[in-house]
Amino acid sequence: MRLDSPRTWSRGLLGLLLAGLLLLPLVTPRFYPYLAMQVLILSLMALGFNLLFGYTGLLSFGHAAFYAAGAYGTGLLLKHTGVSLLPAVLGGAVAATLLAVVIGCFCVRHLAIYFAMLTLAFGMMIHSVVWKWRDVTGGDDGLIGIPRAALALPGLGSVPMADQTAYYYFVLAVSLAAIVALRRVVRSPFGMVLQAIRENEERAAFAGFTVWRYRLGAFVLSGAYAGLAGAMLAPLENTVAPGVAHWTKSAEPVLATLLGGPYVFSGPIVGSVLFLLLKEAVVRVTQYWLLVFGVVLLALVLGFRGGFVGALVAWGRRLGRGLGPG
Amino acid sequence: MIEALLFQGLVGLSEAMYLWMVAAGLSLIFGVLRVLNFAHGSFYMLGAYLTLTALRAFGGNFWLALAALPGICVIAWGMERFFLRHVYHLEVAYQLLLTFAFVLIFDDLTRLVWGPVYQAPPTPRGLDRAVSVLGRPFPLYNLFILGVGVALGVGLWLLLERTRWGRLIRAAAMDREMASALGIRVPRLYTAVFVLGALLAGLGGALSLPIHAVSPGMGELIIIEAFIVVVVGGLGSLTGAFLSALLIGLLHAYGIVFLPVFEMALAFILMAVVLILRPWGLFGVREG
Repeated sequence: MRLDSPRTWSRGLLGLLLAGLLLLPLVTPRFYPYLAMQVLILSLMALGFNLLFGYTGLLSFGHAAFYAAGAYGTGLLLKHTGVSLLPAVLGGAVAATLLAVVIGCFCVRHLAIYFAMLTLAFGMMIHSVVWKWRDVTGGDDGLIGIPRAALALPGLGSVPMADQTAYYYFVLAVSLAAIVALRRVVRSPFGMVLQAIRENEERAAFAGFTVWRYRLGAFVLSGAYAGLAGAMLAPLENTVAPGVAHWTKSAEPVLATLLGGPYVFSGPIVGSVLFLLLKEAVVRVTQYWLLVFGVVLLALVLGFRGGFVGALVAWGRRLGRGLGPG
Repeated sequence: MIEALLFQGLVGLSEAMYLWMVAAGLSLIFGVLRVLNFAHGSFYMLGAYLTLTALRAFGGNFWLALAALPGICVIAWGMERFFLRHVYHLEVAYQLLLTFAFVLIFDDLTRLVWGPVYQAPPTPRGLDRAVSVLGRPFPLYNLFILGVGVALGVGLWLLLERTRWGRLIRAAAMDREMASALGIRVPRLYTAVFVLGALLAGLGGALSLPIHAVSPGMGELIIIEAFIVVVVGGLGSLTGAFLSALLIGLLHAYGIVFLPVFEMALAFILMAVVLILRPWGLFGVREG
């Protein structure tokens, strides 16, 4: 083990972070594990968004549609069937994935400008469906009284989830598994092709890759992650309101990703922490938090396109150059 | 029966004019600046709110209140001159993100300044009666809106095709660098086109005041519809924007009579069909 290797340091930091997350409900009041779950849920949504934006070069303003599909899918499963927690959450994610296949087919074949516009339009279509389809979604009242079903573990019995701490460990386990899986995806040949498409679509096409198929693949996976995020929200809050499908919800992964930095894998996670902390602070002063984030987004686009992690990396490099020879 | 259908169609066409004014500006700005302005719905909303404020200041005279519209020009000028201009050289995604930031800002600023109120002033005097069309009473104001929409269409066509300024705009839209090399002041032209586009949307918002209630969410609703219009008509084509706005107006007017449950979905279905059969839009140019 070499103490001067950055790899050792980052592994150590990750270990500390993980230990902190595991101990969180034991040493802090209820509010902090709750906030941590919000961070994890937004992280999944933002990571999914960034698979499209940072890795594939496609900007989506409609991820709330998939988030809502996950939330309502899981909510309906828990309310009307007796399934256990994990199948309900996965069921919500599957619903979002199917929706992403349909919407994706319309969006990925077009120019970048069309893509952003179409995702926003389809996203708001889902919002109006949720709003109007009262019999199923509860309309503007939303779905209320969603039970937090017990987690059935085959051969081990079932774990009750009514307690927030138990549910916290469930969200933590699912999120970490999903994050590790996505990290493998972006480093796989599939992930490399996505980045090649982002850098130069024509060259990727000439190299023999069917660009729209890879884009659709990224879109569906991205929707699945947003869906999984929404799916874990429903049992957490016990209610789902149509606001989860609104375009302002689609803005959250956009803001989180740009805050953290779109060109590093961990950017959206760091950004989600910053976003929710900043939002907590702003909401205490004013209800107009979108105004504040609009100004922040302006500043990010005009001056800090690498986000927080990007700035950190650049700073580290400059420091390294300053210390190194020459 | 036929008369009832024609009458309903006329209602749809007059409603389509607001959509046309927003889509015209959106399409014009995209055609020249190559920037898709997500905040264009906000100009529609700001046009309505500014006029509403002026209406109170001028004792309820609607025509005097329209004098507030230059306010839109100032806002649009500031947005292009100090922000948008600095991202033309960046990737498309960052231009979209910048205009999206303005959606967030304008939306909350409107809530902050005017409050979450739903307000509708009375129809302006002189236009607050009905005329007989096909044997039924038809609001004169709607006929007026139809006239304004068509006049704006003709005016825009004349401006772009028959004036020197229009030639310069078309030149800059075709090849920015060449236009610049020939001595056209392209940055100033861009600002002017952006302001003109914003003014069209603001005018639409102001004229919608007597018919539609004002609310902070009106900008989002109209921008989604305007997106559908430009996708169906072809991004950057003014003729396409005009005809597809009419088409969507008719679709809404008849949809609400025959398929009230699906009325909202009809425009989306039309967009989906166009995307499958003719992705570059009915009047657009195939790219690539």
